[in-house]
Amino acid sequence: MTAAVAPARRLIGARVARKEDLPLLTGTARFVGDVERAGMVHAVFVRSPVAHARIAALDVEPARSAPGVVGVLTAADLPDTLSPIPIRMFSRPGLERFLQWPLARDTVRYSGDPVAVVVAADRYAAEDAAELVAVDYEPLEPVLRADAAPPDAQAAAFVVEHGDVDAAFAEAPVVVERRLHVHRHAAVPLEARGLVAELDAETGVLTVLGAAKIPHVNRRILAALLGWPEDRVRLVELHVGGGFGARGEFYPEDFVVPFCAIRLGRPVSWIEDREENLRACNHSREQVHEIALALDADGRFLALRDRFFNDAGGYVRTHGLVVPGMTAALLPGPYRWPAYRCEAHHVLTNKTPAGTYRAPGRYEANFARERLIDVAAAELALDPVELRRRNLLRPRDFPYPTGTNTDGHPVVYDTGDYPLLLDKALERFAWDDLRRWRAAPAAAGLRRGIGLALFVEKSGIAKWEYARVEVDSRGEVDVFTGGASVGQGLETALAQICAETLDVAFERVTVRHGDTDTVPDGMGAFGSRAATLGGSAVLLAADALRKRLDAGEEAPLAEEARFESEDMTFPYGVHVVAVEVEEETGQVAIHRYGVAYDIGRAINPLLVEGQIVGGVAQGVGGALLEELVYDDAGQLVSASFMDYLLPTAAEAPPVEVLITEDAPTPRNPLGAKGAGEGGAAAAGAALANAVADALGVDVDRLPLSPARVAALARGTR
Amino acid sequence: MKPPPFEYDDPATIDEALGLLAEHGDEAKVLAGGQSLVPLLNFRLARPERVVDVNRLDALSYIRADDGVVRIGALTRHAALERSSEVAARLPLLANAVAFVGHVQIRNRGTVGGSVAHADPAAELPVALAALEGRYHVRSQAGRRVIASDEMFVTHLTTSLEPDELLVEIEVPLPPPGTRAAFVEFARRHGDFALGGAAVVLTLDDAGTCTRARIALLAAAPTPLRAYGAETWLTGMRVDERAAVEAASRAVADVHPTGDIHGGTEYRRALVESLVRRALLQAAERR
Repeated sequence: MTAAVAPARRLIGARVARKEDLPLLTGTARFVGDVERAGMVHAVFVRSPVAHARIAALDVEPARSAPGVVGVLTAADLPDTLSPIPIRMFSRPGLERFLQWPLARDTVRYSGDPVAVVVAADRYAAEDAAELVAVDYEPLEPVLRADAAPPDAQAAAFVVEHGDVDAAFAEAPVVVERRLHVHRHAAVPLEARGLVAELDAETGVLTVLGAAKIPHVNRRILAALLGWPEDRVRLVELHVGGGFGARGEFYPEDFVVPFCAIRLGRPVSWIEDREENLRACNHSREQVHEIALALDADGRFLALRDRFFNDAGGYVRTHGLVVPGMTAALLPGPYRWPAYRCEAHHVLTNKTPAGTYRAPGRYEANFARERLIDVAAAELALDPVELRRRNLLRPRDFPYPTGTNTDGHPVVYDTGDYPLLLDKALERFAWDDLRRWRAAPAAAGLRRGIGLALFVEKSGIAKWEYARVEVDSRGEVDVFTGGASVGQGLETALAQICAETLDVAFERVTVRHGDTDTVPDGMGAFGSRAATLGGSAVLLAADALRKRLDAGEEAPLAEEARFESEDMTFPYGVHVVAVEVEEETGQVAIHRYGVAYDIGRAINPLLVEGQIVGGVAQGVGGALLEELVYDDAGQLVSASFMDYLLPTAAEAPPVEVLITEDAPTPRNPLGAKGAGEGGAAAAGAALANAVADALGVDVDRLPLSPARVAALARGTR
Repeated sequence: MKPPPFEYDDPATIDEALGLLAEHGDEAKVLAGGQSLVPLLNFRLARPERVVDVNRLDALSYIRADDGVVRIGALTRHAALERSSEVAARLPLLANAVAFVGHVQIRNRGTVGGSVAHADPAAELPVALAALEGRYHVRSQAGRRVIASDEMFVTHLTTSLEPDELLVEIEVPLPPPGTRAAFVEFARRHGDFALGGAAVVLTLDDAGTCTRARIALLAAAPTPLRAYGAETWLTGMRVDERAAVEAASRAVADVHPTGDIHGGTEYRRALVESLVRRALLQAAERR
């Protein structure tokens, strides 16, 4: 739907309705599942039914001769020159030993590990034939706990530290220590993955539809795995029904499906079904923390010490050490720590490989830190808000070198006024009223609790983005961005920036993205980067174009820009939640949920609110409902939407959002910090604190399922 | 997520359907609303050789008040039950229970007979029908028979229907005057299969003393479970908080619900106990 036409000059910061919505609302948007090609055939993967085994024998002949089958491929049919799927960020020497091959060669390492692909005239025939692929698995012992794994399961370990932690703990009058668990859950985008790959026999160009998130990066990976020049590979992004970090990474299917299209000379479609999505697409979040906090008698933080185990699943995938790296880098949060040590262990288990999911590594870190701070507050008989306030960084501290790093790069917080945001949040969400509400008698069998969690997010990872702005002789403007759209409103935000900078109507700007043929390069959409880095690149290109127009040059004109920022930006926020817990059932009902988030500058508050509300839905889902449960044999038990409980409209709470712009960043010309992840980042932490408050117990793990909460409540009745 | 191959029939008449079941009953599954069978097919957990689709049997879709009973055709959609003024007036428990079945889309397709024949102990309607002592009319080429309320459900996903039999009608006797009922359940999300639940039908005399009690438990056993001991104990009592607590405790005394990832046996038993107590008090407070 088009917005009322705002004066172009004030578009940045305006609540402009989304450009993307008309095709979505009218059903004309094209997703990869809508793609039809003449002669198109359908791929189905044969996946390991066991968690860990050697492949003793593999017989595909019966499948090859099944009705409708055009091809069956195993690892033996892939090129000899093939290499495993590479890490695209945060690698370390040694990790290459744990990479995943597109099809398992001699060992399967999780239930769902692809061992063969069947291509047939339709999905029915392909699934029928897939059942005929006979695999003899010799079972091996599965490893199912990262914190109790044999030494050779450790893929990497590293330490991030500053100050003398041991001395601080030795002398501290107060020490609290807990073992805290965050459970395995996943991004689970509404649209599962899918690809349609087609080789043009005349030009020799391979086209892959269904790219998402990082089309240019994936083109590079696919071309390298094929041993082809990049200009013979074209990736095209269609509408994407949600990514959240998981969708769009380079997975085994991203090689195998295009390879089938080349080998078979037919367009090949693969549409992931939900059962497959839950077993094959990256999981996330499973960490065990052994975390300790040292304080003086006044509640001043002296040191934070953590050792945590990050469950990597069966292989190290494209994200390398991003998740544990982010945990170790941002665990300190908004507080001053004279000493800090975080020891990270990235451990392989025989479960689905894990990668990033909205606020990766931080959802977990925020839970561990903010939970422990509440424990410390109870120990010192201090108000949890007051304890936090005493230890917040002050505005004069910025830019603040945290002493931590991401992949070796120092983390230096850019700007912030943390006490101010805390005050604004408590005011806006009526903390004092909530405290009174909590103290007032609840109905029989209900217990009330309030909780909050503070956090520092990061945005704008991976340094640079590309943009080109073209204006034609009729005054129509095209923006080409290296960013990608995963539903976040990229087209709208970039059009606002471009229209305001060029002083043209918003409606005349078309944003194009995701086709490697029309956009020469780009980094994509992850880590809350598309608007900040991508938007800054658009701003630079549009500004250069504006200057030429102002100088009297005539359209058509085009300008390119590459915006680069060595450092990330650091938005920060507060989650506030009030709950009523039903003792008998263990049901946690959310009475009020508020998020305050300072993002420097909101390009479009409407989009930001949407990001935050959606993030809270996912964060609350993770805290209360969603859990990927494995049995003792390493089988995923929650492998359908009957057991993997996504929040629906009925479960997602109303969310009050306070966006503030008190601390714009100097690290990009917009002053904007990314807004994509703050809604999820501290939801687990805030809810755990609220439930702990309601029941007067320690909450040491998520999710807060009814059975677990009822057991906690029973212990206190 | 596609079903394995199967033969498909969609008979136009009941006789034709019974003929197909007589011929293929052992290898056939009856498809009604498809809200359970189709997922089972798509997961390839059910592999019938033949699917007999009864959706054309419009004659099996009705709700009729008769002499002291309400007759519900097996193909009646949940949504029709939900919207029926007849059911709301005469069998409020059923109207109450059906609102908990899945979501609107599921209720638009799912059928009362399908829910009974599928025999999921966490399904609402079989439990409500157990509390109402519904009787099940079935037909085959060999004839008709009526299955008594407590003889329909054998175990998890298993009824006493023979392979050649088709459930055609559920007959629900109208409870005596002075009866009030309540259905409560607890599910993790709106529309999920419940972790526990209870259907209660109480008849109270003018003094508030219980003269007849029917209590059926949801997700407490492999079938809908009548709590006969608690019913007997409650009869002759005033249904107050203390009586409800005691009856609920008796109702779950010998109950060992099967645990799963959403809750273990102990949690589920305690949950069902709480829900029985709430249902009893809710029913007693109703006019």
